[in-house]
Amino acid sequence: MTPTTGVTQLRVITAEWIKLRTVRSTPLTLGIAAVAMVGLGSVLSWSFANRISSGQATAGAGLITVPVRGGIVAQLVIGVLGVLVVSGEYSAGTISASLTAVPRRLPVLWAKAAVFGVTVLATMTAASFVAFGIGEAIMHSSRAHVSASLATPGAVRVVTGIGLYLFLVALFAVAVATIVRSTAGSIAVVAGVLLVLPTLASLLPKDLLGTDISRYLPSTAGAALLQPYRQADILAPWIGFAVFGLYVAVTMLVAAYLLRRRDVGSAS
Amino acid sequence: MIEAKSLTKRYGDRTVVDDLTFTVQPGVVTGFLGPNGAGKSTTMRMILGLSRPCAGSVTVNGRPYAEHQAPLREVGSLLEASAFHAGRSAIDHLRALAATHGIPRRRVVEVVDQVGLEAAAHRRAGGLSLGMSRRLGIAAMLLGDPRTVILDEPVNGLDPEGIHWIRNLMKDLAATGRTVFVASHLLSEMAQTAQRLIVVTRGTLVADTSVAEFVERASPARVLVRTPQAARLRELLAGPGVTIAELPEDRLDIGGLTSDQVGEAATRHAITLLELSVRQPSLEEAFMELTS
Repeated sequence: MTPTTGVTQLRVITAEWIKLRTVRSTPLTLGIAAVAMVGLGSVLSWSFANRISSGQATAGAGLITVPVRGGIVAQLVIGVLGVLVVSGEYSAGTISASLTAVPRRLPVLWAKAAVFGVTVLATMTAASFVAFGIGEAIMHSSRAHVSASLATPGAVRVVTGIGLYLFLVALFAVAVATIVRSTAGSIAVVAGVLLVLPTLASLLPKDLLGTDISRYLPSTAGAALLQPYRQADILAPWIGFAVFGLYVAVTMLVAAYLLRRRDVGSAS
Repeated sequence: MIEAKSLTKRYGDRTVVDDLTFTVQPGVVTGFLGPNGAGKSTTMRMILGLSRPCAGSVTVNGRPYAEHQAPLREVGSLLEASAFHAGRSAIDHLRALAATHGIPRRRVVEVVDQVGLEAAAHRRAGGLSLGMSRRLGIAAMLLGDPRTVILDEPVNGLDPEGIHWIRNLMKDLAATGRTVFVASHLLSEMAQTAQRLIVVTRGTLVADTSVAEFVERASPARVLVRTPQAARLRELLAGPGVTIAELPEDRLDIGGLTSDQVGEAATRHAITLLELSVRQPSLEEAFMELTS
């Protein structure tokens, strides 16, 4: 045996990249997410411009945020795909083969997170810029004749923030699925934390515990990055993003701990 | 070589593998035999580091599986019958596994050829027949050209051609000095392929022996005779360690004596034997005897 044939983190990343791109669901799902982001952004931009011209809305921050608002829909698609990257191995039984090839196990988790995370970051950042460009063009050519550009203060942060936010959603989904293992259960947790929790929290009294706790919820905190101007009831953009990142990091550590510890498969 | 020492696995208060100690030597096919639920699969998963023993330890080629730098080069395994992503092609499945060890693409092509999967290599694994997906599993097992191979019920559900192919493959691997450890609940299958047997039941070791010794020890050969003077012969043969059962139609079923001894005794006392035969117990009987 020569050292050139051993398992390395880089090799496991290569392996996970092969796995990710050799199933049809990956390009399909990422394509749906990108189309949803651009398509929804276009429709919302058109409708927003109409409401401005009819005096029902004022331009304000919406000039930047409306074209990329489809990113919030994309998060569910990204969440589902991130879950499948891991839970698919458990339902198909390939997790045994994957962990037999890499018995130290953690390189597999890091590789899945890195490969899927970077893929999402790249594709969704690109989609966000396209959505922003098309949305602004639609608003600009409308009767309202309003638009923002990347030179508008806060615009670059919001547009790149979509990709960064979805990057954390992707890592969160991979971590949750490593903990939960079943597809249905993992999707329920991801959707529950990102989408249902903020709705539930809005039902609580605003002054609970002396502060509005809803701003500290994962997706609410993370979405602070997607506001061009500072608002009173949300965290500062990068603080909020860091808080979301902290939640994801803790979830990932729990996932790593359980992946190391637990038995794979329950054959008796 | 696989060495298990006091290997124990409990799920709650259920002990699935109980203080199992055995060694699997290279160069022969070693059968891991036991009824369903005897703890064979759990033991194999502990060997591969997929399950954590509650007590004891197991090493492969000298160290715990997870401590090998290139585990696929040390140990190849065939566990679940068809654990493949249904939407991924056979060759992509193998390429991903190979990538973890930097195994070159030409080796992937080589094992695909070796198992006869060329025609189906680019088809989605979900569309493979049972026989083809088993071949894909074998290809994955052989990928790292390992010194030790572990197979869990490799012939289950295969057609005769597939069974024949896997038997020969295991024999060939052993003949080239590799360690071959194969779990099965089918004794007749093990009799065809294995030279050594490690027999377990309810998680405990009941035998670690050669196939021939196993049968002999579990239930020694019996001598059957038919004679008009059955009662007299029975009296003559009676002695310590001898068991004689009287069967209908003047037959005796004699244990503890060889057919030579019975024949000579009959001749000495002028007893006519109309029939004298040795009944070798079947492997199944030996198996039932030991595991019941």
